[in-house]
Amino acid sequence: MRRILPHPLAALALLIAWLLLVGDFSPGSLILGVVIAILGSWLLREVQPPRLRLRRFGVLFELVRVVLVEIVRSNFAVARIVLAPRPRAISSGFVRIPLEMRDPIGLTALAFIITATPGTVWVEYDSADDSMLLHVLDLIDEAEWVGIIKNRYERRLMEILT
Amino acid sequence: MNDSDLPLWAALPVSVLLLLGAGLTLSGCIGLLRLKSFYARVHAPTLGTTMGMFCTLLASILYFAVTRSRPVLLEILIAVFISVTTPVTLMLLARAALYRDRREGRDDVPPPGTHGAP
Amino acid sequence: MSATLLEWSVFLAQAMLALAMGCAAWRILAGPRAQDRILGLDTLYVNAAMLLLVFGIRTSSALYFEAALVIALLGFVSTAALSKFLMRGEVIE
Repeated sequence: MRRILPHPLAALALLIAWLLLVGDFSPGSLILGVVIAILGSWLLREVQPPRLRLRRFGVLFELVRVVLVEIVRSNFAVARIVLAPRPRAISSGFVRIPLEMRDPIGLTALAFIITATPGTVWVEYDSADDSMLLHVLDLIDEAEWVGIIKNRYERRLMEILT
Repeated sequence: MNDSDLPLWAALPVSVLLLLGAGLTLSGCIGLLRLKSFYARVHAPTLGTTMGMFCTLLASILYFAVTRSRPVLLEILIAVFISVTTPVTLMLLARAALYRDRREGRDDVPPPGTHGAP
Repeated sequence: MSATLLEWSVFLAQAMLALAMGCAAWRILAGPRAQDRILGLDTLYVNAAMLLLVFGIRTSSALYFEAALVIALLGFVSTAALSKFLMRGEVIE
């Protein structure tokens, strides 16, 4: 099984993307999509990405829910800051956050979550002292942000990926 | 526009979603004008790519599902692609800007990691 | 009634997106630095793709979506390449 289909999740994603792109679910396009997905996962084997091992799917769904709620909430928060008639002196600034997570997939996921949320941007990761640099649009309390990133996202990501 | 077959119960949410999505995108772009520093402006496009894109996608799905003129498939791919790639480009851009600012020796950007250095 | 409502909201959404593209274009022209211009360009691409999605609702056809997909792909690749250039182009070894 592993020899024929080294990366089943990636192959499934490729198949779905192909079907959406073609726009019909006829047997012909399905067969072509399966062939392309298998070829694509062979290509991916040559690249040798770190293997993804998920567990604790309950925590995964909780994380997705938390992230979606946070994205919606901070969308309106950022819109309010931008559209304020008299722009108050917002104190945007950098926070350096020490991380315990070492897993590259987890770090990628964390970077994506942080940057996709309006109001926070992941700026850089320093592998020498395992810390990340975060830029916050409306920075009030630095210690609070360290707690938010570590408790809300990093802890759950570390539980999901092992 | 041949939407005479679109009932009011569908037209109302489609309109609201369209206006909400476009409004959030516009406020993000106004932030692109009004915010003072580059690092503050990096936050601006994420409004359009998360909820702006999501609302527009939902409106499109709803519209085409009710009028049944064609299956809704391609715009899901567009929305997912834009929502996934924009954070990547923003991260790259922020890192490039930080690199440039450090090279020029500006003092309003933090130095490379020294926080927990032994 | 519903046709008028939808027509107006589509028009308003398009006007807002066009205005947003104007803001992004202003950021490209005004700068002040190269990273600001690239940020404006990226935003312009995203807004153009969204505008095409709204065009698709207005004409109730899927013709525009392929253009939106191409714009999204090109926007990602060009912004990634430009920010890589900002990091590497100045390096004097």
